[in-house]
Amino acid sequence: MKTGSARTGALLAALLAAVAFAPPPALAAGEAARPPQKAWSWQGLFGGWDRAQLQRGLEIYTGQCISCHGLKYIRFRDLVEIGLSEEEAKALAAGWQVAGEPDEWGEPTFVPAKLENAFPPPYRNDAEARAVNNGALPPDLSLMVKARAGGADYIAALLSEPGYNAGLPDEAGLYPNPWFPGGNIAMAPPLYAGLLVDADGNEASTADMAADVSAFLAWTAEPKLEERKRLGLKVVLFLMVGTGLLYVCKRKIWAKVDH
Amino acid sequence: MGELPNNALLRWFDSRLPIFSYVNEHLVAYPAPRNLNYAWNFGSLAGLALALQIATGIVLAWHYIPHADLAFDSVEHIMRDVNYGWLLRYMHANGASFFFIVVYLHLFRGLYYGSYKAPREVLWWLGLIILLLMMATAFMGYVLPWGQMSFWGATVITNFFTAIPWIGQGVAEWLWGGFAVGHPTLVRFFSLHYLLPFVIAGFVFLHLWALHHRKSNNPLGIDYKGPQDFIPFHPYYTIKDAFGAGVFLIAFSLFLFYAPNYMGHPDNYIPADPLRTPPHIVPEWYFLPFYAILRAIPSKLGGVVAMAASIGVLFLLPWLDTSRVRSAVFRPVFKSFFWLLVVDVIVLGFVGANPPEGAWIHIGRVATAWYFLHFLILLPLIGWFEKPRPLPDSIARPVLAGTGAGRSAVLQAGEGRTGP
Repeated sequence: MKTGSARTGALLAALLAAVAFAPPPALAAGEAARPPQKAWSWQGLFGGWDRAQLQRGLEIYTGQCISCHGLKYIRFRDLVEIGLSEEEAKALAAGWQVAGEPDEWGEPTFVPAKLENAFPPPYRNDAEARAVNNGALPPDLSLMVKARAGGADYIAALLSEPGYNAGLPDEAGLYPNPWFPGGNIAMAPPLYAGLLVDADGNEASTADMAADVSAFLAWTAEPKLEERKRLGLKVVLFLMVGTGLLYVCKRKIWAKVDH
Repeated sequence: MGELPNNALLRWFDSRLPIFSYVNEHLVAYPAPRNLNYAWNFGSLAGLALALQIATGIVLAWHYIPHADLAFDSVEHIMRDVNYGWLLRYMHANGASFFFIVVYLHLFRGLYYGSYKAPREVLWWLGLIILLLMMATAFMGYVLPWGQMSFWGATVITNFFTAIPWIGQGVAEWLWGGFAVGHPTLVRFFSLHYLLPFVIAGFVFLHLWALHHRKSNNPLGIDYKGPQDFIPFHPYYTIKDAFGAGVFLIAFSLFLFYAPNYMGHPDNYIPADPLRTPPHIVPEWYFLPFYAILRAIPSKLGGVVAMAASIGVLFLLPWLDTSRVRSAVFRPVFKSFFWLLVVDVIVLGFVGANPPEGAWIHIGRVATAWYFLHFLILLPLIGWFEKPRPLPDSIARPVLAGTGAGRSAVLQAGEGRTGP
């Protein structure tokens, strides 16, 4: 039955492959055009973060995005993982006031944010957010890269779209952007020359800034990515060796019987 | 066949509670046909997947909060703050997909080799009940992260019940614990999602009981003629299942560690919002063929009935298939239609993933019609008109005939070219 089972195996493998490598439902669902695929540092079996890029992304986030978009799942302490020193993270945190313990009279107090605090929300509630944003609600960005088809490619394409960055709003206050579902986005183009300047005084291009902030948001969405891939490599190698040994044992045991 | 252990203390225990005899009888000396191919690995893999789901699920439940305002945050807490929480959650989410992959392959193996035929009808039904329980469990599990797809998927699926005449709305409101999907729905789904896997485990026990009572089917699909047809389960199938488990775990790990969100939907990383419907509500991939059948019928009740019938028809399979030959190896016409059915189900999957517009509507209707045509019309007819190839005398004879003519005859039969 050797050939027969090999053939059955091949057929089943083909079936499995057809199931496993079908386009994911999200992409098959006929959305807007797919954003161009960039080569990101974290792709592939050994991919990891480009920490300098993440820090530039953080600078763009804290310099611009933060005025409207929260980052509620990121604590200041987490920034140490992208290469900030603990002192730098502390200093950044101290720029915010957060609710402290009530004072001796039971009155609320405010204290500077510490490492264990998450990025404070930009608005007190959704109503305030809508009131100051022409009725639109700026979403929290922590999970944005995982919450959009195309991920970081989508964010980068949306932010670096030349027509969008040069454009003016329509009568409804919306900005045309072909990457945004529906074609119009309420957010004014956030990236501009001079937002990010390196040590030599060179201004970053809009495309570079879009890539940097997209990379930063890929990290905020999946901060355990490097740990996951490192562990994965060990597990897969272990399983391959183990399974190879099991196969040898299987051959040896089955050599004793006709089948 | 219960062999007592050598140790006196163990023998004393075993004569009072025959646990060692049972293990020996069902996992060691258990007689298995000598010709099982790798298609028979998926049963043990399904058991492994169930065990992984229960183990990871129990630990996830330590950290998950079943509350409409906290569930989404608690999942992110698991992903970010719990030690190896990301690993547990990705194992559980991808484990559900892999559970369905191996169970679907297991089911199609049964279809191909006629494993549903006498005397294994009850074994087949128990498997289908396990599949239905898995679907209910997976659906409710997908609701728990309380993302957009969780919420709107739950809304779509629970609305099926409103299609029932007269009492539908009442049944749906009773399920929701209110007038729409909300916090009470989430809490009861959590409770049931924790309960049902143990019900599944109970049915797995019955499934194995029925299996061990009538013994496994085999690739030739013929009955046993004597002990020469069997080999002991251990070490032959323990090692083969262990090797299969290794291959399964490698495939699982590749998704788990390198594409953990590939089989998920990005919208489920957006917190549930009852006021904003996603542009396309799609279920998890393993429900897509059924979703396509649901949408192929332009009537709510009709669609729900068709979807239920798509699994219901499988319960009747032992009688719909009129052929006395089990294995497709000896049924050339049946074999071709089997592969057409596989293609049909994959097509239905693609239809389910796409919005019901344009050509997809027509493709979906044709594929749905073919699905029922296959089981209700073609299978009975094929059984009557098909001339099966001659069957071998026994499992053992062609195998043990050695390397000569007998063996190559079976090889060719296995290839489906000529009979022995």
